Amino acid sequence: MAELKKAKKPPEAAGALPTVKKDEKIIEMVGVSKVFDDETVAVDNIDLYVRKGEFITFLGPSGCGKTTTLRMIAGFDIPTSGKILLGGRDITDLPPNKRPINTVFQRYALFPHYNIYDNIAFGLKLKKIPVTYVNDKGEQYTKMQKLTRREIDEKVKNALAVVDLEGFEKRSVSTLSGGQQQRVAIARAIVNEPEILLLDEPLGALDLKMRKEMQIELKEMHRKLGITFIYVTHDQEEALTMSDTVVVMKDGQIQQIGTPTSIYNEPANAFVADFIGDSNLFNGTMVGDRTVRFCNRNFKCLDDFEINEKVDVVVRPEDIRMKEAEDGMLKGEVVSVVFKGVHYEITVMVGKTEVVVQSTECRTVGETIGLDILPDGIHIMKKEFTVNKYDGYITKRNTAAFGDGEFACDVTQLYPGSHLDEEGYLITAEGEQIDLTDTDVTVEVGLQNIEITDNAEEGGAQGHIVSIIYKGDHYQVIVRTEENEEDFVLDTEYLWNENDYVGVKIAPEHIRLALKQETKQK
Amino acid sequence: MVKKILSVALCAAVLIFIYAPILLLVVYSFTDATVIGRWEGFSFGLYAQLFRSEEIMRILLNTVVLALAAAALSTVLGTAGAIGIFYSKKKVGAPLKGISQIPIINAEIVTAISLALLFSFVALYRTYFSLIIGHMVLCTPFVVLSVMPKLKQMDPNVYEAALDLGAGPTKALFKVVIPQTFSGILSGFMLSVTLSLDDYIVTAFTKPRTFDTISTYVYNAVKNGTNSSTPALRALSALIFVVMIAAVLVVNLSARKKKEASR
Repeated sequence: MAELKKAKKPPEAAGALPTVKKDEKIIEMVGVSKVFDDETVAVDNIDLYVRKGEFITFLGPSGCGKTTTLRMIAGFDIPTSGKILLGGRDITDLPPNKRPINTVFQRYALFPHYNIYDNIAFGLKLKKIPVTYVNDKGEQYTKMQKLTRREIDEKVKNALAVVDLEGFEKRSVSTLSGGQQQRVAIARAIVNEPEILLLDEPLGALDLKMRKEMQIELKEMHRKLGITFIYVTHDQEEALTMSDTVVVMKDGQIQQIGTPTSIYNEPANAFVADFIGDSNLFNGTMVGDRTVRFCNRNFKCLDDFEINEKVDVVVRPEDIRMKEAEDGMLKGEVVSVVFKGVHYEITVMVGKTEVVVQSTECRTVGETIGLDILPDGIHIMKKEFTVNKYDGYITKRNTAAFGDGEFACDVTQLYPGSHLDEEGYLITAEGEQIDLTDTDVTVEVGLQNIEITDNAEEGGAQGHIVSIIYKGDHYQVIVRTEENEEDFVLDTEYLWNENDYVGVKIAPEHIRLALKQETKQK
Repeated sequence: MVKKILSVALCAAVLIFIYAPILLLVVYSFTDATVIGRWEGFSFGLYAQLFRSEEIMRILLNTVVLALAAAALSTVLGTAGAIGIFYSKKKVGAPLKGISQIPIINAEIVTAISLALLFSFVALYRTYFSLIIGHMVLCTPFVVLSVMPKLKQMDPNVYEAALDLGAGPTKALFKVVIPQTFSGILSGFMLSVTLSLDDYIVTAFTKPRTFDTISTYVYNAVKNGTNSSTPALRALSALIFVVMIAAVLVVNLSARKKKEASR
């Protein structure tokens, strides 16, 4: 046998996966949805890309689809529809063991029957890398080969050094603390030199102090290793501290993608503003060029919207300045003062509206103070719902069926000047008799015109409260029906509980009906 | 005080009630009489007879080989079954699990008769094949039953972690799932061995005519009451009892030691 000369290629060249340069798209999700058991929509048609070398965080409340999204990138869940591309190559159906991606699990998922060394070496022992040989004729050929014992030793040692656990090789998993197990889990993933590291709430099980330390260490690791980190958390502070890019998710949909600063300063909608940091949300109306009216006063602002448009206004508590009672743009009474360490959180009632202020200065409860809000402290967002719109039809009883329910309404508004006869037929102004049964209509109901009641049967439709957002002087509540998941968005002064089963009541005079275009033409 | 004496007395009574017959057997294994109950002086005669009897030694070997083979096959089948049930969709897995446990509650005689019927249909009645299948039918549900909880206790992410690190499904199964459920698999195997060792009914219905296990041999030998044709069986029974006691003691003591060590 001729002597073989060994020349190892770096492992990055392995496999047929294309190499991606820094800042180019490494992962791309195109119209990805995931539906479990034919009914639960976990992820709803999301589009998203991740740049190489970036630290991106999926942030959202539990059940928002962030973990499912991560699991689809890892390959544990296969999307119901849509595509996932890695460096431009479709990997949607590629099993997890074939992807250059490693995961750090929330509960570590270490192998309890192996010691620390074997846990970390698990991936290395399975790995095959191409080794180029030159035979005696001078021809080169490549063979896929396992790593040698020495190479594995070396890599495991390096990985343990990265996570600060030198000398832990022989320890068993059960003798380690939670934080140490987490470090082993990270070492086990990064030792394989993946292109992407997925982290599923990796710090969720640690105590606060430990978590803060690990946040800094993870960020440092990301800087040193230079690989892409995709991180999942429900902790907004963690997301803002660590990420280059934050993806805010809710109900399986992406609400906003942006840098931590832009997400904090320019939230895309009321949900993002409410979820990220503390905020005051007001209902406002644009009353002039870059002028918005809320709390019964006009404010200059920086955002440009159409005049008379209804908008959501976000004011961060730290952007409100306290003044003497007569000097402020707003005047109100202090109703509570809470010491928060660095600052005081002061709640002020301005008329019927609650305004939260954060300041290093203290005020006393009962005091009347003035408040100033500068233009750059005001962020204006397009209002998500200004009216509820539904497709419905008229029933035999001349009621309107929409939103999974049936409501009494005034059908005569469909034809100006019409009235109903004794048999329930509509007589138009011209004297024409019309049977409205099964007529398709569009229905509009204002947010203020919907009432909800605990006695579910009393309402025209029934559903569960799925969202409550406080808007300064009222709550915006979304009631979702069970059958077709129709939403009723309404404003109410009363505080309800999420998941309450309620009935939806709408007074007949508040139901605005319009004939659908095609029906009108008949 | 009276209470204490009474409770001790009750415990003693229960223990005597349970162990008296066996102790009697052990005691009478040390005398040569052919009929139980007659004492003809202390002697190791029966034990000598036992070890000299080629027939009994052959049957003993039969029984052990059968038990080990049936248990090994049942363990493989039962473990594969449990893993299959565990990883299948709930709609499929739940009924499968229920069905796999029916043989446990089914009367053994019914199982035995139906096995005999089945094998006579396919012309394999009273062969080694029918015997081993019969014992597997007996043991496999218990293996499923002892492996299943271990699978449930396992962190589901651990299997995914193995896939994530580059192991294919088969490799992940052997490197992660099987090692983590090994205690369940082992207890399933041990359970199968004991079940197969002392089984009479299924063996009697499926065994080849010239083949005997200890159970069938003892049964035939003592058919006509205490007047046994082979008194050496008393010695054999006593020995089996002692071996069992020893096995239980070893298992319990080692479990206790392990518990203390982990503390």
